[in-house]
Amino acid sequence: MNINATLIGQLIAFAVFVLFCMKYVWPPLMAAIEERQKKIADGLAASERAEKDLQIAQEKATEQLKEAKHQAAEIIEQAKKRAAQIVEQETERAHEERNKIVASGQAEIDAERNRAKEELRKQVATLAVAGAEKILARQIDAAAQSDIVEKLVAEL
Amino acid sequence: MASEITSTEYIRHHLTNAAMCNTENGIAFNKACSEAGFWVWHIDTLAWSIGLGFLFLMLFRSVAKKATTGVPGKMQAFVEMVVDFVDSNVKDTFHGKNKLIAPLALTIFVWVFLMNLMDLVPVDLLPWIAGQIGATGFGMDPHDVYMKVVPTTDLNMTFALAFGVFFLIIFYSIKVKGFGGFMKELTFQPFNHWAFIPVNFILEFVTLIAKPMSLALRLFGNLYAGELIFILIAMLGLWQLPLHFPWAVFHILVIVLQAFIFMMLTIVYLSMAHEDH
Repeated sequence: MNINATLIGQLIAFAVFVLFCMKYVWPPLMAAIEERQKKIADGLAASERAEKDLQIAQEKATEQLKEAKHQAAEIIEQAKKRAAQIVEQETERAHEERNKIVASGQAEIDAERNRAKEELRKQVATLAVAGAEKILARQIDAAAQSDIVEKLVAEL
Repeated sequence: MASEITSTEYIRHHLTNAAMCNTENGIAFNKACSEAGFWVWHIDTLAWSIGLGFLFLMLFRSVAKKATTGVPGKMQAFVEMVVDFVDSNVKDTFHGKNKLIAPLALTIFVWVFLMNLMDLVPVDLLPWIAGQIGATGFGMDPHDVYMKVVPTTDLNMTFALAFGVFFLIIFYSIKVKGFGGFMKELTFQPFNHWAFIPVNFILEFVTLIAKPMSLALRLFGNLYAGELIFILIAMLGLWQLPLHFPWAVFHILVIVLQAFIFMMLTIVYLSMAHEDH
């Protein structure tokens, strides 16, 4: 065993090294490590948050898509219904129109026939009177015999 | 090894520190210092340990100055790994708040590791170089140039570390518990009765003294034995080649383990000093 003054020298060196390490080595290294740990933790948290956001967005998108599909189906359904309705309406209207046209044609025909009948009747009356005038070859008071004519005409 | 000296001389030469002292005729070295008593300086221990301490601090300081919080370089990553390793050990063991303990543990771990690492340098290399320098530069006999390159094989080194830790144990014991509390701990444990005070004191005092003693002697013993076996292997001539390698590989474990144990026990002792019963 030879313990000697070296011990004192080493003690001083030890103390100086520890103090230097405590003042100038440990704090900056620890600060850097802790800062980076914080950064990594933040990054991990952010990525987790982003993942959650993405999931929510995906769910939302799926839901919206479903809703849109539903709406589209509804619209198509409505459109089909409406189309059917329109076709029915139009058919009905066309029927009505035809009936109306046919009816008005019929009325016109009837009126024309009646008019023609009336005209014919008048002409026949005149013709009968003229015929009678000629047959009788005599001045007959037209007015006095008009009741006979009238009766004739009515018989037509 | 040189053939003109005996194995005993060879071993003794390897296990002797380069000494320096102040005599009446001025500064003297080595054998001239045998009568100098306490005031002898082991210049090889001092130079190597302080040099390695500087190496450690410069290395870590340079990394600390440039430390980025972004992606670290390889050197920074390595230094941070060491720092983080020490820090997690300190946090696991020591639960109080103390700014000294973590840097202290880092210093002890890296410094002791570097000093132990000198054990892996071939035992003859550095002493031989020193001998050549001494012979050519100063005209000395190479056998009179002593150079023990592993500072932890010098009791002065290990006791200096242990006493530093011991001083801190006492300092924090008194700081945390007060002088009365510290004395109470020494005298009222393990038997809490006034009649047992002397018995308690003897037990606790031995426990207290055993802490630095075991710290210093464990490190010294392990490294001294390792060094001695390297020296013995180096004397085997050609046979040292197959033997040296496995012992060196095994010694890597010892080197790291002893540095780690010294650091761990320092943390444990200081955390015990902080505990208030």
